[in-house]
Amino acid sequence: MVSLILILITSLFFMGVVVKTKSLCSGRKGPGLFQPMWDIFRLWKKSSVFSKETSFIFRISPIIYISSVLTAILMIPHGGIPGVISFDGDFVMFAYLLACGRFMAIISALDTGSSFEGMGASREALFSLFAEPAFFVLMGSLALFTGHTSFHDLFSTLHYEDNISYMLGALATFVFVMIAMIENSRMPVDDPKTHLELTMIHEVMILDNSGFNLGTILYTTNLKFAMYGAIISNFFIGALPLSVSIPLFFAVQFCFAVSAGIIESFMARFRMSHNPQFILILTSVSMLIFFGVLMVKGVFI
Amino acid sequence: MEKFFAEIVNLLAITAVWVFPFLRTKGRGITTLLVVTLQVILSAFVAFSVFSHGPIEFSYPGSWISGEISVKIDYLSAWFMLIMSFTFLTGTWYGFQYMKGYRDRSREIAFHAVALIFTYTSLIDICIVQNGFLLLVIWEIMALSSLVVVIFEHEKKETIKAGINYLIQSHICILLLTIGFMWVKIKTGSFDFAAITEYTASQPPSFGLGLFLIFFSGFAIKAGFVPFHTWLPLAHPAAPAHISGIMSGVIIKIGIYGIVRMLLLVKTDMITVGYFILAVSVITGIYGVMLAIVQHNLKKLLAYHSIENIGIIGIGLGIGALGSGYGNSVMMVCGYGGALLHTLNHSLFKSLLFFATGNIYQAIHSMNIEQMGGLIKKMPQSAFLFLIASLAICGLPPFNGFVSEFLIYSGLIKGVMATHYLSSLTILLALIGLVLIGGLALLCFTKAFGVVFLGHSRNKEQECHPDENAGRVVPMYAIAFFIILIGILPMLFMPVIMKQVSMFGFIADQSDVINRITGIITTTGWCSAGFAVLAIIIYYVSQKRISGKYSVTAPTWGCGYTGDASGMQYTASSYVRSYRKIAGSILKVNKHKSEATGLYPEKVVHITHPEDRIESGLIDKPLFLLRWLLNRFAFLQNGNIQAYILYGLIFIGFVLLIPFIAEQISDFFKLLIRI
Repeated sequence: MVSLILILITSLFFMGVVVKTKSLCSGRKGPGLFQPMWDIFRLWKKSSVFSKETSFIFRISPIIYISSVLTAILMIPHGGIPGVISFDGDFVMFAYLLACGRFMAIISALDTGSSFEGMGASREALFSLFAEPAFFVLMGSLALFTGHTSFHDLFSTLHYEDNISYMLGALATFVFVMIAMIENSRMPVDDPKTHLELTMIHEVMILDNSGFNLGTILYTTNLKFAMYGAIISNFFIGALPLSVSIPLFFAVQFCFAVSAGIIESFMARFRMSHNPQFILILTSVSMLIFFGVLMVKGVFI
Repeated sequence: MEKFFAEIVNLLAITAVWVFPFLRTKGRGITTLLVVTLQVILSAFVAFSVFSHGPIEFSYPGSWISGEISVKIDYLSAWFMLIMSFTFLTGTWYGFQYMKGYRDRSREIAFHAVALIFTYTSLIDICIVQNGFLLLVIWEIMALSSLVVVIFEHEKKETIKAGINYLIQSHICILLLTIGFMWVKIKTGSFDFAAITEYTASQPPSFGLGLFLIFFSGFAIKAGFVPFHTWLPLAHPAAPAHISGIMSGVIIKIGIYGIVRMLLLVKTDMITVGYFILAVSVITGIYGVMLAIVQHNLKKLLAYHSIENIGIIGIGLGIGALGSGYGNSVMMVCGYGGALLHTLNHSLFKSLLFFATGNIYQAIHSMNIEQMGGLIKKMPQSAFLFLIASLAICGLPPFNGFVSEFLIYSGLIKGVMATHYLSSLTILLALIGLVLIGGLALLCFTKAFGVVFLGHSRNKEQECHPDENAGRVVPMYAIAFFIILIGILPMLFMPVIMKQVSMFGFIADQSDVINRITGIITTTGWCSAGFAVLAIIIYYVSQKRISGKYSVTAPTWGCGYTGDASGMQYTASSYVRSYRKIAGSILKVNKHKSEATGLYPEKVVHITHPEDRIESGLIDKPLFLLRWLLNRFAFLQNGNIQAYILYGLIFIGFVLLIPFIAEQISDFFKLLIRI
């Protein structure tokens, strides 16, 4: 329950921190921390325009998208306190819930019959397909490392014993940051700022959404960012008391947001055809973690 | 009552054949419905009584060839009987409506109906019989009758071609099974299944492994494991929709039944068997879905997807076998349990997909995805049902596919946590395989659903006559109901699954493990339900904001272009283009492309033909070489009857000379040895 509340709070200002960082990097003052959230509130109050081509799929998909992310968030623990839902193998359900939301997002893009949105849908399906093995290999390695298979047991028994395990923690954090960037369609895989439909992924998929639904989709992106930030923070919290862990949680989220902002300020987007290669590298990094775990366990010389 | 089950079911089928000649076409259809429904009720009754009171065993005297025929309905038989019965029930009811379009072809329909009843009856018989000889006989009846149902539209060339292919491959399957049963018969003198266990337990494990491999190859042809899958993508598009659904849903599952039965009977080194099945299944799964994505024919796409799902079932079986080999009860329960549940799940969503495809085919008379689009507005019910089945086949919550895949995932993750690093690594690779299968399936079904039902039609001249009458969609809703039921209340099905898993021998902490896993599965069910409820609540909250005065309609955003942009929408080929480029090294896609050149360009075309590399390498090429070789001897076939009589005489003379020649050769060798 703690993590749910914390994630909901973080989702209010996360994007603000990213935008602020980007503004400061480019020498501007930038909007306030809560400006992106106000924009979403404004969208929620607006009326919508629906394409004539669309069917009920287009109307329900943002709702299923946000519900899938909200249900997935329920599984995230906060240090020693389990999430609302916790069972062995819950990370499989976590991944498949997100996939369900993605399925709906993709078909809602195809629902418009647009010449661009299919392109984004195609790329989203392909890139997320390549990101998935990295997540599972990473979680499998952590399961082997700790001997547990639920998010809560996994993170609460994660001990850093020697140098290798610190390295594993660092690599795992890197993989999660990159997975978060891919899942949220940010740099270096996708450029949310671009103004050309041909070069977008996520943005082009939601071209025809407006009003309430657009607000929902944008808020879901914030939630997803905060959710991945919460997973990353779990690598650092361990079994600390709440008085220490909550400030630490926000500090990690803040660092995550700032680093996302910095990546976006100083990197260019990869060429579309190079993206799959980049994403597959994540799987090899996860394999590296797996071998590291085997070394720590002493079963692999 | 249970004692006479086999007699009653078989007699019902035979009676139907005798009644048929005295009826009109409609009467025949109703009789088929009646007979199949009665048989289904009977099988379901017996299966439920097995699950509540334990296995039923009885025996018939048999003949001097077969020996005593023992019949045993255990949990496994009962489970497969239930799976088959449900799909046949919905399939026959759907088929009754589907065949109305062919009402004037009375004789063919009669033949088709008889064959359908025979297929169902023989499948039920295969599940219960415990005698190798009888199994082979029934298997032959099943192979032939299913051939007849497949080639209903026999006037089409490709249907007959697919039928012959199916006939030959079914008989290779029977050949392998015959070798297996004869081996045991020669060694032990009995065709009974119990003899297989006795024989393999008394021999070193390598004998058991050899026997298992023979049976596995035989059943794998039926199930469609790579590289024995080549008949599947041909036969499914050729058959009528309800037959495709039944075939993909249950006929290929009889292969899975055979493999599970052999896993139970053959005593050998389960670790080797486990790794073997795991490797074959991962390849099957990935290869199946990779080819499915690039197909343009909707039914062919679904057929390749069946291969993928057989791979998933196989991964479960492999993990289960490894679990029993290593003595790991979690792996065993999750692996076997997941595989058996996925067998049911696949039969549900795949038959639903094929029935929905049948509706599309009868509305637009085409199976080419590139010609479709926007069908959701013309056939909303088929679209909705197709969507549910697509989500379920991708293994997404809150539908049934998730539950079985979750079980298999749990088994795999438990396997990764094993003690030895080599087994960890191998199972990790299998885990990556399953994850990739899941991701590729998502790509495949977003393509299938998106291109077929969404957007607008890609063929403007196409006429669409949708027919969604109640008789057609009610069986489909029944399937959809079970898809959601298993997704949300999987615990209802867990005791039944666990009873079957307990047949695979008992490991110390098994009941404990079973309770824990049932608990986890129950939680996933509630979680899925929670997800669905949350979505519904948010929908009702948002409904106020997105309807009524708050919404207007306008054309799709065309980037400033205001003309008719319908020709510009994404097609199936363009949707998978980036995938095709990446997978190009493994797949073989023949491309024919013409560029627009000059001031007045000609019509531009771009045609792609996905090819099955394994099929061309393993079947087409050797057959081509064989035909080349045999063509060298074509001069012998000169149509001259005198010459043929001469060949016969030469042959007889040669046969008579064989003992003489053999004696000469042996004498020659004896001479050599003496020297």
